[in-house]
Amino acid sequence: MLPVDRSTSYQPVLSVNPYQPHTARIVRIYKMVEDNYLFTLRFVNEELARSFRHAPGQFIMLSVPGAGEVPISISSSPTRPEVLELCVRRVGRVTNALYRLKTNDLVGVRGPYGNGFPIHELEGSDLLFAAGGLGMAPLRSLIWYALDRRDKYNKITLMCGARTPMDMLFREELVSLVDRTDVTCLLAVDADPTGTWQNHICLLPSLFDHAEIDPGRTYAAVCGPPVVYKYILKRLLDLGFPKDRILMSLERRMKCGIGKCGHCSIGYMYTCLHGPIFTYWDAINLPEMI
Amino acid sequence: MKVLKLPKQKLDFFVSVVQQFGEVHGPVEQDGKYVFKALGRWSDVRLNYIRTILPLKKYFLPPREPLFRYTGQGGYAPCVEELEKRIVLFGVHACDVFALNVLDRVFSGKYPDPYYQTRRRNTVIIGTDCTPDEHCFCRSMRADFVGDGFDLFFHDIGEYYQTLVGTALGDDIVLATGPLFEQVTQEDVDEYKRRSFRKRHSYRLDIEIRDLPEIFEMEYHSDIWEELGSRCLSCGSCSMVCPTCYCYDVVDEAEPGSAKGRRIRNWDSCLFAMHALVAGGENFRKSRGSRVKFRFYHKQRGFVAEYGRPSCVGCGRCISVCPVKIDMVEVINRLRGVRHASCG
Repeated sequence: MLPVDRSTSYQPVLSVNPYQPHTARIVRIYKMVEDNYLFTLRFVNEELARSFRHAPGQFIMLSVPGAGEVPISISSSPTRPEVLELCVRRVGRVTNALYRLKTNDLVGVRGPYGNGFPIHELEGSDLLFAAGGLGMAPLRSLIWYALDRRDKYNKITLMCGARTPMDMLFREELVSLVDRTDVTCLLAVDADPTGTWQNHICLLPSLFDHAEIDPGRTYAAVCGPPVVYKYILKRLLDLGFPKDRILMSLERRMKCGIGKCGHCSIGYMYTCLHGPIFTYWDAINLPEMI
Repeated sequence: MKVLKLPKQKLDFFVSVVQQFGEVHGPVEQDGKYVFKALGRWSDVRLNYIRTILPLKKYFLPPREPLFRYTGQGGYAPCVEELEKRIVLFGVHACDVFALNVLDRVFSGKYPDPYYQTRRRNTVIIGTDCTPDEHCFCRSMRADFVGDGFDLFFHDIGEYYQTLVGTALGDDIVLATGPLFEQVTQEDVDEYKRRSFRKRHSYRLDIEIRDLPEIFEMEYHSDIWEELGSRCLSCGSCSMVCPTCYCYDVVDEAEPGSAKGRRIRNWDSCLFAMHALVAGGENFRKSRGSRVKFRFYHKQRGFVAEYGRPSCVGCGRCISVCPVKIDMVEVINRLRGVRHASCG
């Protein structure tokens, strides 16, 4: 049988178009770090703004008219709906065009796409987050999702690393978590030229020396540049983490977000459909993954 | 399935009726090769053709297709003008129908592609059988025969075309021709079977696809990939002529001096260096060897995991077009440790 339904002779053309970007307004631009701004968007269509729901770890396709379309992680938690927060590094054609826009300018958004974190599976477990570089962008959604539903999870440990305090994404927010008693928040910078840093000065993997982690009851969510994966994964495996309880959020070139354009394919997986959240076990089976 | 037969001498009349269902396109000769195009005159058609330069995906996923029109801050409006055109593709070979069935899987699913689907819905497919040449290995890929994906399929049985009616639309076409089609007899069926048997045994290429995905896994680090990478020119010709390569790129193209423009999708190829490049400069398939390997993997291994069969249909286009003679059949036989030989 054909998956294409040709039994009806006429259907309204493109009545449902998954490529259609929906207009969203930039309601806030917050400079977190040089070339790493947090953009807050709200759909112009009120009904869509109120009904849009995503899972932590999912992404959207962001259009800047004339520049193109790129996949961007949703950094806000579904527990705080109605706006989308996107942590965007100025790095390519589309993001450069985005940085030229101002508050109240319009962009296009479609999604959410991707599998997101297995939130039901995570309930009742300890959570360990390890983020380096831009890694906070996809992890932050799950972090706040877990903190806003704190009673659903056991121990929560956050580890975040940056070169200097000025390079740490979501720094104020993370520093404010250090004082909370229901979460262990460990922050590390490689160096502190400001001389004001009150937290750790060490490399990210060294934070493991300050954390108490029970690999038997913990899920680890890791995101960062390749060097972060290299050292963090080693520490996790040394601790005895099961390979399918190490979760990673991956980045790939994407042109559709819905499993058609082929760009994000890794082995037999599409990052956009089967990911962007993969387990370390997936990564072992798909050699190009990390 | 309805099985009928059409006297060959009535084919002209059949085509004149079929025109009501859309603009008739078929294989015509061009510089010693064949292309599918609109038939100015029915006499231009070459039904004994061998593979066309480009496969039929050009009708459903055009090489360059506008998706949206954008107006600066006004958002994106879909381009629909081209989609409603009715086309009849006459003379489609089994492997090419099979390839459309493969593409149907990709462009349906959780997120159906409305551009592809609309074009597919507005196109009549009339298949005809063929004689394999030295590059055909559709039998090995189990695409030498199709049971669906067409509206009508004509099998040459001598004086007649034995006709499989695949869809309600196909049946409407049969009805529109009046009493043109006749009932088949047992002799017709026997003649079909004789010719089918003869065709099955006329292939010169053969590969075994059983456990091929697993062999690809085992040979992931084989030297063969670097060797192929050293020959590959990254020209992407194999992707362009492949009936099941569907990778595409999407760009916003501005009208000069204006905030308006169009969002265009263009054919792309995983052999191109930019295919897996992300902003910031990380490229997940930097070397040509890794890209050649990816293409073979995706056809013969990745697609099997995702859709239950290889996406390759054995049409032989990539073999005939590759400027450095990278040959799917040869590569697979080398991976399997089988001497590359014709099977007679």
